[in-house]
Amino acid sequence: MDFSITEEQRQLVETARKFTRERIIPVAQKLDEHGTFPIDICKEGWELGLMNVEIPSEYGGLGLSCLDHVLMMEEINYGCAGIGTTLAGNNLACMPLLLGGSEEQKRHYLGMLTEAPIFAAYACSEPDAGSDVAGMRTTVRKVGDEYVMTGQKRWITNGGYASWYSVFGRIGDPKDRHKGVTCFVVPRDLPGVSVGKKEDKLGQRASNTTDVLFEEVKLTRKNLVGGEGEGFKIAMKTFDRSRPWIAAGATGIMRRALDESRRYALERKAFGQPIAQFQAIQFMLAEMAMKYEATRLLMLKAAWSIGEGRIDAIESSYAKAFGADSAMAVATDAVQIFGGYGYTKEYPVEKLMRDAKLLQIYEGTSQIQRMVIARNLLAQGA
Amino acid sequence: MFEPSESQRLIRETARNYAQGSLTRIASELDREARFPAAQLGELAELGLMGINVPEAYGGAAAGAVAHALAMKEIAQGCASTAVTMGVNNMVAETICRFGTDAQKKRYVPEITSGRFVAASFALSEAQSGSDAGALRTTARRDGSGFVLNGSKQWITSGDRAGVLIVWARTEQSAAKPAKGISAFLVEGGAKGLHAGRHEDKMGLRASSTVPLTLEDVRVPATALLGNVGDGFRIALSALDGGRIGIASQAIGIASAALEESLQYAKDRRTFGQPIANHQAIRFMLADVATELEAARLLVLRAAAFKEAERPFTREASMAKVFATEKANHACDVAVQIHGGYGYVSEFAAERHYRDVRVTTIYEGTSEVQRFVIAREALK
Amino acid sequence: MQIDLSEEQRLLRDTCREFADKELRPNAKKWDREHRFPAEAVKKLFELGLGGVAVPSEWGGAGMDNVSYALAIEEISRGCASTGVTLSVNNSLYCDPIAKYGTDGQKESFLTPYARGEKLGCFGLTEPQAGSDAAEQRTTAVRKGDSYLINGTKNWITNGPVADAIVLFTMTDLSKGTKGITCFVVETKTPGFVRQKADEKLGICASPSCTIFFENMEVPISQRLGQEGDGFKIAMSTLDGGRIGIGAQAIGIGRAAFEEARDYSKIRKTFDIPIFQHQAIQFMLADMATALDAARLLVLRAAWLKDQGKRHTRESSMAKLFASEAANRVADKAVQIHGGMGYSKELDVERHFRDARITEIYEGTSEIQRLVISNLLLK
Repeated sequence: MDFSITEEQRQLVETARKFTRERIIPVAQKLDEHGTFPIDICKEGWELGLMNVEIPSEYGGLGLSCLDHVLMMEEINYGCAGIGTTLAGNNLACMPLLLGGSEEQKRHYLGMLTEAPIFAAYACSEPDAGSDVAGMRTTVRKVGDEYVMTGQKRWITNGGYASWYSVFGRIGDPKDRHKGVTCFVVPRDLPGVSVGKKEDKLGQRASNTTDVLFEEVKLTRKNLVGGEGEGFKIAMKTFDRSRPWIAAGATGIMRRALDESRRYALERKAFGQPIAQFQAIQFMLAEMAMKYEATRLLMLKAAWSIGEGRIDAIESSYAKAFGADSAMAVATDAVQIFGGYGYTKEYPVEKLMRDAKLLQIYEGTSQIQRMVIARNLLAQGA
Repeated sequence: MFEPSESQRLIRETARNYAQGSLTRIASELDREARFPAAQLGELAELGLMGINVPEAYGGAAAGAVAHALAMKEIAQGCASTAVTMGVNNMVAETICRFGTDAQKKRYVPEITSGRFVAASFALSEAQSGSDAGALRTTARRDGSGFVLNGSKQWITSGDRAGVLIVWARTEQSAAKPAKGISAFLVEGGAKGLHAGRHEDKMGLRASSTVPLTLEDVRVPATALLGNVGDGFRIALSALDGGRIGIASQAIGIASAALEESLQYAKDRRTFGQPIANHQAIRFMLADVATELEAARLLVLRAAAFKEAERPFTREASMAKVFATEKANHACDVAVQIHGGYGYVSEFAAERHYRDVRVTTIYEGTSEVQRFVIAREALK
Repeated sequence: MQIDLSEEQRLLRDTCREFADKELRPNAKKWDREHRFPAEAVKKLFELGLGGVAVPSEWGGAGMDNVSYALAIEEISRGCASTGVTLSVNNSLYCDPIAKYGTDGQKESFLTPYARGEKLGCFGLTEPQAGSDAAEQRTTAVRKGDSYLINGTKNWITNGPVADAIVLFTMTDLSKGTKGITCFVVETKTPGFVRQKADEKLGICASPSCTIFFENMEVPISQRLGQEGDGFKIAMSTLDGGRIGIGAQAIGIGRAAFEEARDYSKIRKTFDIPIFQHQAIQFMLADMATALDAARLLVLRAAWLKDQGKRHTRESSMAKLFASEAANRVADKAVQIHGGMGYSKELDVERHFRDARITEIYEGTSEIQRLVISNLLLK
């Protein structure tokens, strides 16, 4: 058992931390306020190698591990979870191709992202099918050797900026649930592809979340990722690999909340002494710190398992559910420690609270994580 | 609006004086020896607490459901085992008054309210049917003008001490509507074929008696039927709604004792040169417990007031029960925590409260069943 | 023990509920987004007698009890939490102390028009370095002949940007701590009363608040509420009442969130069935409903005690602490039940989530309530 990180990882963390301090923190509040997409920051992040980290080197990426990725993501999310989500978007879009794509698809689509600072998006959720992937309604009709896709995708991160999408649609009857779900890679410029309304969100407002519409979009076998009907499996495997990233979002938010709260508790006085002297505050800080540490360990364990090729859905769900719930609690406590100031836009903690809430919702709600965990636990017993 | 009436206050004071005067002193001894509180129950009957919500004609106090809740809380604050036994006695007396014939009421209720029957039992649960009463399997077969009962019951409070037991049994097998075929019978203690099994070795409420029962060809006359054939499920549910108020009150009583002791201990015990009551970490725990118990108390009183006004109170009783029992568990947990090592040993009462309170989220409908009921009502 | 509402209380509650459904709920999102003070709606509410619900009718109030007041604030806040706090501040924090401590002359000028709802009041206690800890006041009032010169800063003053007068706390003797606090009532048009720009907040965005500077503001002795040194007592007893209002506001927010979540759970399907059929959702709803009922009973009990003229410090603190924390849990779960839709500004739940948060902070944080409660418990 070794909890230390390698020299390369330390350098990666340093780079991300410096970037966060110098480029993200100074602008995070403004981007949040206006819901501005951080295009310049993404370009710089791309240059520094903070964007397509898990793309293998043969396709021009850094070929880093999930463990490297979450270490880096914690740093970015410390500055702004909206930017963290934006930077992670390409990795999510690429995952189905890495899992099921052909050599040609990988070369072409992953190559696009590593050659220029552009975006791709993962398009799975729909207005009436979020965490319940098998309930999706986007249909794919087979016409000879071709496919025609029609449907509406919702909550698509980077949806308005993506050059291509990994899209999940259904071949066959909706009653077959997950059996007909199939994955396609769809370039934005195909006829029938359009971007719908942009969500006006509670938090993570710098990230771009939109509807993406597919109206009679003609596709060929070149767009098919994996086989017909393999989409559900690909989506689930993608989640197994992406949920530790959400835990990284949680650790970033928590570490920031803790730092801000600690600083404020030492400055702010009540009843003649810094509030840090009160046990009630001390215990809150202690609780926050424990939640951060525990999440971090769950996250590192899940990411490490992925790197070892021992992917276990239950570990990813542990990290995601515990991390998201903890981040929400920690950010809420941070607002409480700041009192009235915590409720204003003058300090960063109210944003942490708004940003944290999304962690409990996207990539499978906290409830879905519990279902996954329970299902796996009960299967172990059988 | 939130004030007890004169008669309610009187019942509360009577119960409080007895609990604080006699019960608290003997509670830990009863617990240690797992001794049934026969003498204490007799004294409670003399005080008029065995038929609080029962008409005077049958020896009751006719003081209503709110008074009953207030008394339960006070008695439980003194001794939770005595309180649950008293609660079941009251529930049986009330149920007979509500659904029984004149002859049944005259025969049994005065025996309970006077204390001539030291206890009465509510024999509903079985090994495979707890909160889900519709699944019970004990049978009642017609035999001439009477019935013959066969089966077994589980978790029966005072089952070996009861002068009379309400026993639920299936008079009809109906797979489609399992609740339809259930009827309730009044079976006398000592009836031929009624056997009490070994006392359950419980974590808490050790001075109350909890036994399994077996019924082997127990013959009862037609006059033993409570209500009509097939009324059993309805009778059980209506009794349980009221019973939930009782258990919620019991939980608040136990938790109030735990809070009182925590307050006292926090003032006495010193760490870092001062009473631990001066540490915010301790104060805030106490503040939360007191607030939660106040809220619980109000929920319970509301449910009791609804019952007394003969309004539907299923939702209110379930809210009171789930909230009061869970907060009471929290209160007793805090009490052990504040007492530190002393909370873990039987020298202090906190340890007993912690054990006693645990069952309150389980019996008379688990917390999960209460949530189910509340959600069903909310989604109507 | 009788838990039912009187006919009069029920009538007021129903009137407010109807008003909230018709005038507030359809507009609250827009006001929140535009950070716009709902002046028209507030005016209409004042016309209904909600400027001074529990103020005696001889001083322009509706002459009702505090239970009615709490019911009204809950209903209004269910429609719009910002409007709820606007009313709560005028009723509890402005009118109440003047009704209790003011002279007849002061009541005539500073109570009647405000209780009638012709004018709007605010409450100036908090300072940058003295929030829940009121003893740290640094605003000073120095006696000069028949008047006082007031200097200092107050912040987070709800209604501050739109109010016509303020109940203001100052130090007349810094050496005496809480015993040196003195209270005044001052019109906001008085020279030396300088408002800063409105605060930007996480929630209750339609309730304007701001920092106020007092620069050599001259106030005649006739506008002093009570005697020199009475301020702390006035502030604390006022907050005992104010906390009832905030408790009621919290329940209103929580109820709005709960009702929306309940309704959504019937429409939204996952795994082929409406989500309300999943036990995980049912149990959340059950806990939400139970917490709100418990909170309401605590709030009404505190209000009832106030009506009986009994001390209700502990009960008000319990009501405020419990109701505000319950409202936050409820709003959080309501967002959760809505999933992605709960995070979107298209629906109201994300606003309830933001609005609920302040109730654990203003008029004494949860921590202060716990201090108050434990101090009384351990006496």
